[in-house]
Amino acid sequence: MLKVEHLDLYYGAIHALHDICFEVEQGEIVTLIGANGAGKTSILHAISGLLPYRNGLVTFAGCPITKMPPHKLVGMGLVHVPEGRRVFARMSVMENLDMGAFTSRSKEDQARTLEKVFEHFPRLKERRRQAAGTLSGGEQQMLAMGRALMSKPKLLMMDEPSMGLSPLLVQEIFAITREINREGVTVLLVEQNAHMALSIANRGYVLETGRIIKEGAAGDLLRDEDVKKAYLGT
Amino acid sequence: MLLFLNQLINGLHVGAIYALIALGYTMVYGIVRLINFAHGDILMVGAYTAVVLITMLHLPVLLVIILVLLVCVLFGVLIERVAYKPLRNSPRISSLITAIGVSMLLQNIALLVFTPTPKPYPISLSLPALQIGTLSIGSITVLTILVSAALMIVLQLFVSTTRAGKAMRAVSEDFDAAQLMGINVNNTISLTFAIGCALAGIGSLLYGLAYPSVSPTLGALPGLKAFIAAVLGGIGIIPGAMLGGLIMGLAESLTKAYISSQLSDAVVYGILIVVLLFKPSGLLGRGTREKV
Repeated sequence: MLKVEHLDLYYGAIHALHDICFEVEQGEIVTLIGANGAGKTSILHAISGLLPYRNGLVTFAGCPITKMPPHKLVGMGLVHVPEGRRVFARMSVMENLDMGAFTSRSKEDQARTLEKVFEHFPRLKERRRQAAGTLSGGEQQMLAMGRALMSKPKLLMMDEPSMGLSPLLVQEIFAITREINREGVTVLLVEQNAHMALSIANRGYVLETGRIIKEGAAGDLLRDEDVKKAYLGT
Repeated sequence: MLLFLNQLINGLHVGAIYALIALGYTMVYGIVRLINFAHGDILMVGAYTAVVLITMLHLPVLLVIILVLLVCVLFGVLIERVAYKPLRNSPRISSLITAIGVSMLLQNIALLVFTPTPKPYPISLSLPALQIGTLSIGSITVLTILVSAALMIVLQLFVSTTRAGKAMRAVSEDFDAAQLMGINVNNTISLTFAIGCALAGIGSLLYGLAYPSVSPTLGALPGLKAFIAAVLGGIGIIPGAMLGGLIMGLAESLTKAYISSQLSDAVVYGILIVVLLFKPSGLLGRGTREKV
């Protein structure tokens, strides 16, 4: 469904991503794990078109999307939940969700999707009139995910959804991610919390200083000695 | 008492014009974090457009009003595309200097084309003044206040309820996140410049009615005052620009009436300094949180 081939990205003279190749198949949860600064976020930004890259080919659902402006991808079904939630703090929860449905033209469709989002995140329904900036971190993460779901994504790219959340909330967020996946949304998950990410993913890629150093089934990676030592803290 | 009321109304009149222009500064700042110093000169562009269309081409006034707005919008959108867009990812100082450059360019083109000799503003309004008891309010004043109030209400509704208005707010809050929602940021920025310049175009009509003399530097002073109004109210905040404009107009006209007409600018700038000392983000500003 998503294919990244030979992606090279530079920040000025710094070669930040080296020859990144990976694939996400329809229906999967795939995770990119790695330490802070390994280049996980840069990969998502490159795919979304927020960061220009030097070489590489990105295809989504059979379409080349290399160097496509970010706003065009949403309509194709490729949606990015950015790191740090990035909700519109001064807008209400409802307005944030409306922004998520920006590309959808049908009101009925929107209402139906909204119902579904509220099923996943009942707390958002309670707080729909509240300014998004007054929500707790966990609620903001839910809003960021709900907002992304409003555009009916085929592939959801989530960047560090567990960041700054309590262990209980992290579990909740991951459980919902799995639910969303079961309903047919493919997920590309970028995480520092490797254990959590691998426990819900089908496959994973391990990133180190801008290179993919390992890939495999999530279960195998969980048992891999190097991965254990470096990222799982056991 | 009558003098006071009269001055109050004069203040509202001038303040309403400042507010209309200030809205352009504040909306543009809100969305691209740029002080568009060429914004005041859009006023001058609008005024000369009216001069050309009426004194040279003798077009009917209603058509001229529409064309003035179109020309202002066109200038605003073009300036953004040609001068500011290429610098969007450069340090802010580059686009600030560019904005000053665009302002100088517009003034000097006008100087070349129209010479420095002021020309009379060709549109006038000769309706009887509004009488309330012994208080008499000029028709231009009534028109200005009504038109400005209506425009501000429409703008508020637009920004808070329409799809495009909400997209504007989203882009002004978080450029990247807005793109990830599928919002076309370039179009949204163009729309912002277009609305700001349409308001400046209407401002130029109202300003011309009140001060019917058109010169190449016509936009400089009201532009500066409107910019100060926007900062006073809290730059980037739409109701702030309205409030700032009205405060400036009132302060100016009351100082002229009761203190000294020469001190009016000093008092206005003084208010700005005092407000910024105690509340650097402006009257309605919410702290100065820098985005990372």
